[in-house]
Amino acid sequence: MLVGGGKRMKVGVLALQGDFIEHQAMLGRLGVETVQVRLPQELEGLDALIIPGGESTTIGKLAEAFGLIEPLRQFGQQRPVWGTCAGAIFLSKDARRQQPLLGIMDIMVVRNAFGRQVNSFEIDLDMPFLPSSNGHSTPFHAVFIRAPLIESVSGNAQALATLPDGRIVAARQGRLLATSFHPELTGDDRFHRYFLELAK
Amino acid sequence: MEQEVATFAVKKGLAQMLKGGVIMDVVTPEHARIAEDAGAVAVMALERVPADIRAHGGVARMSDPELILKIMEAVTIPVMAKCRIGHFVEAQILEALGVDYIDESEVLTPADEEHHIYKHTFKVPFVCGARNLGEALRRIGEGAAMIRTKGEAGTGDVVEAVRHARAVLGEIRRLQNLPEEELMAFAKQWSAPYELVCETRSLGRLPVVNFAAGGVATPADAALMMQLGVDGVFVGSGIFKSGDPARRAAAIVKAVTHYQEPAVLAEISRNLGEPMVGRQISSIPEGELIAGRGW
Repeated sequence: MLVGGGKRMKVGVLALQGDFIEHQAMLGRLGVETVQVRLPQELEGLDALIIPGGESTTIGKLAEAFGLIEPLRQFGQQRPVWGTCAGAIFLSKDARRQQPLLGIMDIMVVRNAFGRQVNSFEIDLDMPFLPSSNGHSTPFHAVFIRAPLIESVSGNAQALATLPDGRIVAARQGRLLATSFHPELTGDDRFHRYFLELAK
Repeated sequence: MEQEVATFAVKKGLAQMLKGGVIMDVVTPEHARIAEDAGAVAVMALERVPADIRAHGGVARMSDPELILKIMEAVTIPVMAKCRIGHFVEAQILEALGVDYIDESEVLTPADEEHHIYKHTFKVPFVCGARNLGEALRRIGEGAAMIRTKGEAGTGDVVEAVRHARAVLGEIRRLQNLPEEELMAFAKQWSAPYELVCETRSLGRLPVVNFAAGGVATPADAALMMQLGVDGVFVGSGIFKSGDPARRAAAIVKAVTHYQEPAVLAEISRNLGEPMVGRQISSIPEGELIAGRGW
């Protein structure tokens, strides 16, 4: 996949902890060059960044310890960033408890909103905004693991996808994306393609 | 489609979220909070760390549910708990408590010397120990959604953790070079399910997440296991049997992230206080070794 000027797109995946390899594999299949980001200087030259699933407390503490909080905030003001699950929590401005957050998306999240691991689930959800190959929109298979909910959106943030009961599980604010679920755990690359469009 | 719970994808998926992280043994809610503050991705709730189980002797069983519940209340990260090998009623009790993962563990005294728990029917996922590829694939065949190489728990000696990680990962490298007609004999040699042998060969890795355990005591030990190719580490006695648990715990978390950066490892290894005293495995009588438990 190419960015402006015919340059091959280069996307970073925050690799402090979590399922960053699954994101890299998906991006690799889409022909995108990927870089693991663990230190601030590794953000240089990236067209976009994904913050993977994992434990948000661990990712936040490591980001703080290695001086990544401010560089990530600045990156998010200039380039697309997508957080899945723990990544969505990390992007939020409020997670209802004390833990390091980037606070660059106007969303309020509730951690472990569905309960413990025995309540983790999979469900097909309608997401008509996703690219379609045949003109018909097919549901997206969403995997929720000890997942957070996006309790509310404010400011420029908008709800992008909801559960059948209306609770928000994906939000967008300009070129920032947050999802409670894990497209990287499925074989469906439509969400990754949707994100890459923002980076073009 | 309706919502589906307890699928193998969500069981295995939680372990995928733990990758690149450290799971710490804790025996009190205070320990659990120290572990969470240090950046642990999960805690293992138990009454005694393995070093104390060794010292205490006697039969080691599932921990008191009261203790496990208090630890679950103390932290927001996933809480795991151990049951005895083959003791499916202890596992049912742990599931009823709502723990996030069950470790069917050789660290406790086995309840069945021939059979492990049939894990597919549980809603809660299981992690199991393994010393070699055959043992790992048998456990996955029974429904384990995560594997940890066993090492020798409670020793602070990393040598068995290295041996078991090399055994599993080396055998996968060998498997990848075998032609298809040799896979059935390979499955027979390792007493491993044939389909899982084929899947492991095509993936070039175990079909589930694989952590190291048993003897990790320093940031360097943790980074060593990561460089050997595991997905993360369990630290049992190594943290709360050391001089400064909070500092050591945070350092091991950082070491698992920056395992390929010797300069970072050098910095985070400074001034950690006394590591756990440890016990050289070669000095332990064979009958007291626990990695051999499991079939």
